[in-house]
Amino acid sequence: MQQAEDKRLTDVISVPRRAERRSIGAILDAASPNVLLLPAVVIVLVLSLFPLIVSLYLSLSRFQFVRGGFQITFIGFRNYEKLLFGSEQRHFLGKLGVIEPIWLVLLAVLGVSMAVMFFQYATSSRMKPFGLIMRVITVALTAAFALLMASTLSGEGLPGTIVVTLIFVFGSVTLQYFIGLGLALLLSQNLPGKRFFRIAFLLPMMITPVGIGFLFKMLTNTTQGPFAPLWIALGLIDYSWVQDAGTARLAVIIGDVWQWTPFMFIILLAALEGVSRETVEAGLVDGANRTQLFRFILLPEIVPVSTTLILIRLIEAFKIVDMPNILTGGGPGTATESVTLHAYNNWRALDLGLSSALSYLLLFTVTFVAMVFVNFVRHRAIEAVG
Amino acid sequence: MAATPKNRSWFMASNPFKMSPMWKLISYFILGIWTTIVLFPLYWLFITAFKKPIDVQAGPRYLPFIDFQPTLDTWNDLLFQQGNFVLRPYTNTIIIGIVSAILALIIGTAASYALNRFTYRPKPGLIGVFILCIVLMVVLIGVGLPWFAAVAVGLGIFFLLAQTIGKRFKGTMGNSDIAFWLISQRMLPPIAVIIPIYVMFQQASLLNTHIGVIIAYTSVNLPLVIWFMRDYFNSIPIELEESAFIDGASRYTVLWRIVLPLAMPGLIATFLIVLVFAWNEYTLALFLTGAETQTMPLLVAAQNATRGPQWWNISVLVTLMIAPIVVLAIFLERYIAKGILVGAVKG
Repeated sequence: MQQAEDKRLTDVISVPRRAERRSIGAILDAASPNVLLLPAVVIVLVLSLFPLIVSLYLSLSRFQFVRGGFQITFIGFRNYEKLLFGSEQRHFLGKLGVIEPIWLVLLAVLGVSMAVMFFQYATSSRMKPFGLIMRVITVALTAAFALLMASTLSGEGLPGTIVVTLIFVFGSVTLQYFIGLGLALLLSQNLPGKRFFRIAFLLPMMITPVGIGFLFKMLTNTTQGPFAPLWIALGLIDYSWVQDAGTARLAVIIGDVWQWTPFMFIILLAALEGVSRETVEAGLVDGANRTQLFRFILLPEIVPVSTTLILIRLIEAFKIVDMPNILTGGGPGTATESVTLHAYNNWRALDLGLSSALSYLLLFTVTFVAMVFVNFVRHRAIEAVG
Repeated sequence: MAATPKNRSWFMASNPFKMSPMWKLISYFILGIWTTIVLFPLYWLFITAFKKPIDVQAGPRYLPFIDFQPTLDTWNDLLFQQGNFVLRPYTNTIIIGIVSAILALIIGTAASYALNRFTYRPKPGLIGVFILCIVLMVVLIGVGLPWFAAVAVGLGIFFLLAQTIGKRFKGTMGNSDIAFWLISQRMLPPIAVIIPIYVMFQQASLLNTHIGVIIAYTSVNLPLVIWFMRDYFNSIPIELEESAFIDGASRYTVLWRIVLPLAMPGLIATFLIVLVFAWNEYTLALFLTGAETQTMPLLVAAQNATRGPQWWNISVLVTLMIAPIVVLAIFLERYIAKGILVGAVKG
């Protein structure tokens, strides 16, 4: 960052400098690495890193309004304690139930596959102490998240905001990816009218999530929405989507899928169109059939793109707030309350400490999921098809 | 990466897998279903904007002129009778969206170009000193010093320290570290940084001003620009720049005259994406704006009135809000996919 002081600074391209007269232009030119990079660095330092540090402090304190201002008292980890073990536990983590058999099977599959991967690594020559420690932590955390999801979603359980957020993220990103990929594959055939479909499919991405929330609320209205005759015929006139936890969550996921499938679709389509015909023809000369073409020529091309796309969407999807806020208001109860909405509600109740603690837990979860995805899914997937 | 028209899709018409009519029919059927899923809600939104309240409340009406008479009443009421109710948020959204998108594009493009063409060796020690100086600045502002004096003092101390003890720091990082650090800021949930930003802006009297929101949006969108543009510059041959340097051009001339025109498709795509994010942003606006700087998403969200949602009003507002973006998207559609594909996906 402070390259001006660093004598080892080298340009990739050597700029011919006229040393005899150092005009202002020449000085500016020589300083161009700093002039170009520093604004971005300063903005991120002041508006992201610094607030993040302050937030960390806030999350460790109690924020109170007192006469003529506010008062911040340091209380250590009590906010986190409240969220993970104390009075807010049910809200954030959820209420644990007895795990149902179907979940036990899924957990067992996950556990066995993690154990296999772990032992493969531990006995392989690539083993390093640091890598081993990181993997132990990863396995433990993944198991904890999986157990939490399984037990809050079965029987007596009641999922908390973190579980709800994870459901939203995994549900909507998976659906978006597969619908987007399907549509992209269909459109990569040279069908007439392709441009129309491309533009039409792109539109939802441009609409504000707040607007989409209202739009879906309008469409699912049982007396004034377009499907009212259907509801009446089915005798569901007083029924409301958002009164039931399952369908309310589904509604939020549908809204999110509707909005973000275009993002997956349009980039996957561009990637498919980027596969050159020579490559395909070379494959044909070698006698490849359609399945082999897909497996050996298309797949290696789209898997790296896909993993990046999924990563982008994973990161963005964790921030979901406006859609549930408008569509369901977080209800019924807290069934569709995402962590961001939870934090926002706490902020409105002026509990800034708890709000910051929540956002730190969210940040931790996002970072963990992104890390696991990059290190354990992305690399493997790219190697597998490479 | 970019496909030339001659050398397009693997499934092109001249390929040996001629589509059977049956398969073609199935393809169109599936595409048709998704088109309906996408366009029907938008159609419903659009026609609701032209309905009278009675036409909404009496149950669904599907076709204008046939089962209801379209009217401009709601438009007239919102745009002309109530004046600033809509027009002010609308102009706010336009100003904030465009200015912040342009700023993010300029700063982010400069940074990603620099990260691509120069080698940086930042020292973690110096960065630590810099952060300490920022903390000092904030403490000074908190103590009651005017903010410009505090900034001057903070920067002054930093440069003093950098010049005197700066050279003694060991250990360096590389370009990819800087890039990763900048891009990873996108992972931050806005809620994690908004409270300190709120307090900071309050101290600097930036709350409820256009500048405040613009600064915040610029910083949120910066990582995206850097991410998308970073590898775009890789695809531009460096020889073009070198020959210009031999002719005595400065770095800025080269950037302006040669690099940016070549990167235009990427710039357009990135601009559109960033503009959409700023245009639709809700969480930050909620905290940072007030009555005068309210943006459209807030106005729309505020329509959850207690008397029951007034769908005709909401429809007009949402239609107004998405119209410019949709028009832009239709014209710039061809740039979007390629721009992001080249930029983001290799990173």
